[in-house]
Amino acid sequence: MSDVVLEVKDLHTYFELEEGTLKAVNGVSFTIRKNRTLGIVGESGCGKSVTAQSIMRITPKKNSRINGQILLHHDSGLIDIARLDEDSDEMRDLRGRDIAMIFQEPMTAFSPVHTIGNQIMEALFVHGEKDKRAARNHIISLLDEVGIPAPERRIDEYSFQLSGGMRQRSMIAMAIVLNPRLLIADEPTTALDVTIQSQILRLLKRLQRDNGMAIMFITHDLGVIANMADDVAVMYLGKIVEYGASREIFKNPKHPYTKGLLRSIPKFGEKEGAHLATIKGTVPVPLDPPDACPFANRCGEFIAGKCDIRMPAAVQVAPGHSVNCVLYE
Amino acid sequence: MGGSSLLEVRGLTKYFPIEKGLLRRVVGHVRAVDHVSLSISKGRTLGLVGESGSGKTTLGRCVLRAIDLTAGEILFHHEGKTTDLAQLSRREMREFRKHLQMIFQDPYSSLDPRKTVFDIVSEPLRINRIAAGKALEDRVRTVLELVGLDVRYMKRFPHAFSGGQRQRIGIARALSINPQLIVCDEAVSALDVSVQAQILNLLKDLQADFDLTYLFIAHDLSVVEHVSDDVAVMYVGKLVEKAPTQELFKNPRHPYTEALLSAIPRPDPDRPLPETGGIEGELPDPANPPPGCYFHPRCPYAEQICREREPPLVEVGPGHTSACHFVDELELQGLED
Repeated sequence: MSDVVLEVKDLHTYFELEEGTLKAVNGVSFTIRKNRTLGIVGESGCGKSVTAQSIMRITPKKNSRINGQILLHHDSGLIDIARLDEDSDEMRDLRGRDIAMIFQEPMTAFSPVHTIGNQIMEALFVHGEKDKRAARNHIISLLDEVGIPAPERRIDEYSFQLSGGMRQRSMIAMAIVLNPRLLIADEPTTALDVTIQSQILRLLKRLQRDNGMAIMFITHDLGVIANMADDVAVMYLGKIVEYGASREIFKNPKHPYTKGLLRSIPKFGEKEGAHLATIKGTVPVPLDPPDACPFANRCGEFIAGKCDIRMPAAVQVAPGHSVNCVLYE
Repeated sequence: MGGSSLLEVRGLTKYFPIEKGLLRRVVGHVRAVDHVSLSISKGRTLGLVGESGSGKTTLGRCVLRAIDLTAGEILFHHEGKTTDLAQLSRREMREFRKHLQMIFQDPYSSLDPRKTVFDIVSEPLRINRIAAGKALEDRVRTVLELVGLDVRYMKRFPHAFSGGQRQRIGIARALSINPQLIVCDEAVSALDVSVQAQILNLLKDLQADFDLTYLFIAHDLSVVEHVSDDVAVMYVGKLVEKAPTQELFKNPRHPYTEALLSAIPRPDPDRPLPETGGIEGELPDPANPPPGCYFHPRCPYAEQICREREPPLVEVGPGHTSACHFVDELELQGLED
C-alpha cells in the first residue's frame, strides 16, 4: 500500500469581497505521506493557514470558493474533500478521525464552560464510544501521554485554569484522541515561550514516531521548520514558489524569496554592527493579483517583460527540489 | 563604564497586590520585579530577555514611570545632572518624559485610529510645547524621512499602512522629541521576518546617528543577540545573569540561560534541538514562587542548597554577573556559531 495520506492538486481558495476577489490560495499542489512532516512556511497573507482551513473545510461558507482536488487516500479508495459538502456527515466524520488540527491559540479551541476532559471525550462519544468509565480512563492516559502532570485531576479542570503550555498539550490530546492519520499544526508554538516550544515540538515528534501520523506543520518561523519538517514548501501570496527536502531548502535555496527570507533572519555570531539583508517593500494583499510571479515587485533579480507577464512553471533543480522562477527556466 | 552610563537602575522592585473578595482585601503580592539592578551606557543597547511572566515588560514600564514602583532608584544621568526618576512627582515626570520614549509591540493597537500620522507623530512635540506651526510641521517631516516614510502620507490614518509602516510611525513618534533613551518592548515581534530586518536596521542606523540608548525587551534571542551590546536575563522577577552579548551567548554562567539557549530552534537542519535533556516544567507562579533559587525545580543541576537559599548575584568576569550557587563548578554549554 502506498504511504500517501493526502494529495492536494491545484488548490484554489478564493474569497469574494466587496473590493474584489481575494485569491488566498492560488494553485497549490503537494503530497503528504505517512510518518513524514511537510512544513509550510511563509509570511502573513501567503495563504498557508487558508490552505489548512481548506483541507479541513472550515473556510467561511458564505464567501469562500474552493477549486481543485484535495484527495484523502483511504483503505477504501480516494475521497475528494474539495467536493464534499462542508456540513455533511461524511466531512464531519473525516474531521478528527482522519484529519485533526491544532491551532496557535489553544484558548479559543476550548469552550470555557466545559471541562477539558468532557470536551476531549465528546469526540469519543460522537464516534461511537459507549462506555463512560472506559472513555474517562482513555482520556487520563492520553493527557498523561502528552505530558500533563496529575492528569486524573486536570481532566476535570477548565481551559482557563491551565497555562499556555498545558492548554497546547490538551489541544494536542484532543486532536489525537481518535488517532488521525494527518495532523495539521497551524503555528502551534508561536504563542509559547521558547522553552515550552521546544517541549511541544519534541512531543509532536514523539507522537509521530509512536503512531506514524503524517504532520502538516505551518509556521512563519524558519528555525521551527528546520527542526520539524522533512519536506518544505515555501509559500508566497497564495502560491508555492519553492518545494524540496528540508536540507535542500536550507542549504541550497534557489528562489530569490527563499534566499531573501533566510538572509533576513539574524544569525548568531554575526559581526557586530552588521546590517541584516532585507527584502524591500512589504507583502502585498492578493486582491485580484496579476497572473505573474507573485514576488516580482519585491525581487532584486526582477526581469521586466519576463517576470511580470506570466507565472513561471515549476522547474526541477535537484531530485525532489522544484522552484518557480524564470532564472531557472 | 559607570561614568558614561545614562541609566542606572538600583534595587528596582514592583509588587502587585493580589486582592480578594468584595472588600478587595490584599491577600498577597506578585513580585513582578524583585530588586533588579542594571545600567546602560549612553549610546548602547541593553537586551532584556526572559519568558512571559519574567517581569521584563513591568521593568520597562517602571523605568518610564508608566507604572509606579514599589522600591528602588532609577538614576538618569543627563547633561551633568543625575535625576532619580523614582523621586519625581507626576508633574515633574511629565516634564522629564521627553527624554524617555517607548516603542510598542503591536503597531495595530498602539496607534490611535482616529488620528492622522501627523497628529500621532507630532503629539509628543505638542504636549511638551517644543514646537508649533511651521516648526512643528518641519520637525514631523524630518522624522518621517528619517524612518523612511513618504511625507505625502502625513494626513493619512494608520489603517492605510502595513504593519512595518505602522511600526515606522511609532518609531517616528518616539524620535520626534529627541529622546535619550528608548524602551523597545517587543518592537519587532509582530512583524514578518523580511520586515523585521528592515526595522532592526533602522533602529541601528538611528542609534548610530543620534547616539540613542535602547532598553530592548524581547523574547526572541536571535534578535536580541543581533541588536544588544549587553544582555540581562530575568526569571520570575529576578535578574539571574547579565553579560556582554557575545559572552552571554558563548559562555553562559547560569543554568537558566543555558536552558534558554539550548531551546532556540536554529534555522539549520544539521543542528536540530536535542532529542532528550532540555528543560522540563514551566515558570512558577510569581505569586507563589518556590523557596531558595526560583529556578531550582527546573534546574538539572539543583542540590539541597538551591532549595533552601537564594543565590546572590556575583561577578564572574568583566561585566558578567550570575546568580547561581554553583557558578564556579558548572561547565555550561553556550551556542556554537
